[in-house]
Amino acid sequence: MIGYIVRRLLYTIPLVLGVALIIFIIFHVVTPSPAYMLLGRSATAEDIALMERQLGLHRPLPVQFVDFLRQIVTFDYGYSFQTHEPIGEIIKRGLIPSLFLTVPAFFGGTLLGILLGIVCAFFHNSIVDKGIVALSVMGMSISSLALILIGQYFLAFHWNIFPISGYEPGFSAVRYLLLPWLIWISMAVGSDVRFYRTVMMNEIRQDYVRTAYAKGLPTRLVLFRHVLANALIPIITRVVIALPFLYTGSLLLENFFAIPGLGNLQVGAILHNDWPVIKAVTMVGALLYIGANLASDILYAFVDPRVQLK
Amino acid sequence: MSWKNSFWFIVWRQIRRNKLAMASLVIIIFYTVIAIAVAMGWIAAHPNQRVAMPYEAPSLQHPLGADVHGRDIFTQVIYGTRIAMGVGLITSIIAIPIGVVLGCIAGYFGGWVDECIVWLYSTVAAIPGLLLIMALSLVFGRGLTGMYVSIGLATWVSLCRLIRGETLKLKNQEFVQAAQVIGVSRRMIIARHIVPNIMHLVIIYFALQFVFAIKTEVILSYIGIGVQDKPSWGLIIQQAQNRLFMGDWYGFAGATVAMFLIVLALNLFSDGLRDASDPKFKV
Repeated sequence: MIGYIVRRLLYTIPLVLGVALIIFIIFHVVTPSPAYMLLGRSATAEDIALMERQLGLHRPLPVQFVDFLRQIVTFDYGYSFQTHEPIGEIIKRGLIPSLFLTVPAFFGGTLLGILLGIVCAFFHNSIVDKGIVALSVMGMSISSLALILIGQYFLAFHWNIFPISGYEPGFSAVRYLLLPWLIWISMAVGSDVRFYRTVMMNEIRQDYVRTAYAKGLPTRLVLFRHVLANALIPIITRVVIALPFLYTGSLLLENFFAIPGLGNLQVGAILHNDWPVIKAVTMVGALLYIGANLASDILYAFVDPRVQLK
Repeated sequence: MSWKNSFWFIVWRQIRRNKLAMASLVIIIFYTVIAIAVAMGWIAAHPNQRVAMPYEAPSLQHPLGADVHGRDIFTQVIYGTRIAMGVGLITSIIAIPIGVVLGCIAGYFGGWVDECIVWLYSTVAAIPGLLLIMALSLVFGRGLTGMYVSIGLATWVSLCRLIRGETLKLKNQEFVQAAQVIGVSRRMIIARHIVPNIMHLVIIYFALQFVFAIKTEVILSYIGIGVQDKPSWGLIIQQAQNRLFMGDWYGFAGATVAMFLIVLALNLFSDGLRDASDPKFKV
């Protein structure tokens, strides 16, 4: 087990270096110098040279790359062009609202998806199954923008059930987050149901299910103890792979509901050409993804000992 | 006759019986025709022309009313079809060759070539999609071209992974081994024996890539880094957003329904194609 974990850990090193290299190439090699973006069109050559010196962009590229690696390790990504705050602080501040928005919504949606998936697999080809699948495909096809606007218009504006937008720190945020949660779940549940339905159907056809029924287990136990346990690997994969995407929240939901999270931050940074912020948010997102992948591979090894042999 | 036993004929016979998939195909063809007609300048040639009063209510002449600049929203929605279909098509033209070529090479050659390609796509896959697209759009600039290239370069990964796995399976099958034994060159084996057997995956991917590209275009245009000076469904929704709260929902509904129909059709068609080409159903 330890050997497997160590091997898997070593494999993340080239991955992190690769991601760092791609992001470095995007931001330091092929994008026009941020000095132009900062100074505007009327800047003279001296101004630009001075600004590049201040930003450390006059140094040879390998030195800049090593400096970027240092930033990644120390979580010190420099300062925002827009607000001149340390970017590490900005990210930490934006993280809480983002996670508060996405984590409960994500797990709510996943749970609902798994439940509906089991229902579909159990009543395969019945009206219930077909109805749920039809709704799922329609849910997958509607634009998330439209869902947000319809939800905001009817539930918040017209019928006044939820506040239209806003955010408060601490637990009073729940009041503002109810509607975004609801919209997130309706955006995500369509593809979740279809995925989990396929997974559950593959399991329900297996011999062990017939055996379990044959020895007289009630349906409830067959489904929740046997089928669900065996479907755990695809479920873990899907959940863990999706986890890092929770960190930017949903760009659109944060934007519409004025939630001060990382998604909102990223959109603002893009619109204002706030180059170091975009770079940092992208890099941290990639690091989280790599970390989550690592965690899921180690989790597999616990759930299914055969994994280690590969 | 041999063509009656060919894979594609069997798939076609399967899918023709699937009414939903056929209806979807009709919708997809309809949108394609509209997109071509717009691209040729036959319809909706001047979407930005002022033809009505600002915020004019819908009438026979302007079925979805007019926007703040007095532009006909129906014309804009029609023009948006061309943008959406264009984004779907061009990003696929960028992503599919990269994915297929790298996937086949990795799967067929194995060894260090495989390891390099797997490293490359794992690296790209590790950067969350929308973040990568936004970062790339910084390089290629705002607007249509930037969006084509950014979405294209960010989406070849899943196809590449799929093709690599399929090629690994095909490589060990008898017909490929037979070709190897009689001395067919590796390039010919990939072109003649591998690629035709993965085409159904490419077509399913093509449909899903379209869906992703259309949805992403709308989001990027809404945020302000996508389409700049042409009408797009994302921009129409963005402009309609504030009017919505005054009860003026036509523009919003027009763009939303236009987008919903094509995305639904593409989803259903790729489902039908997957069912029809799934080996389990082929017996």
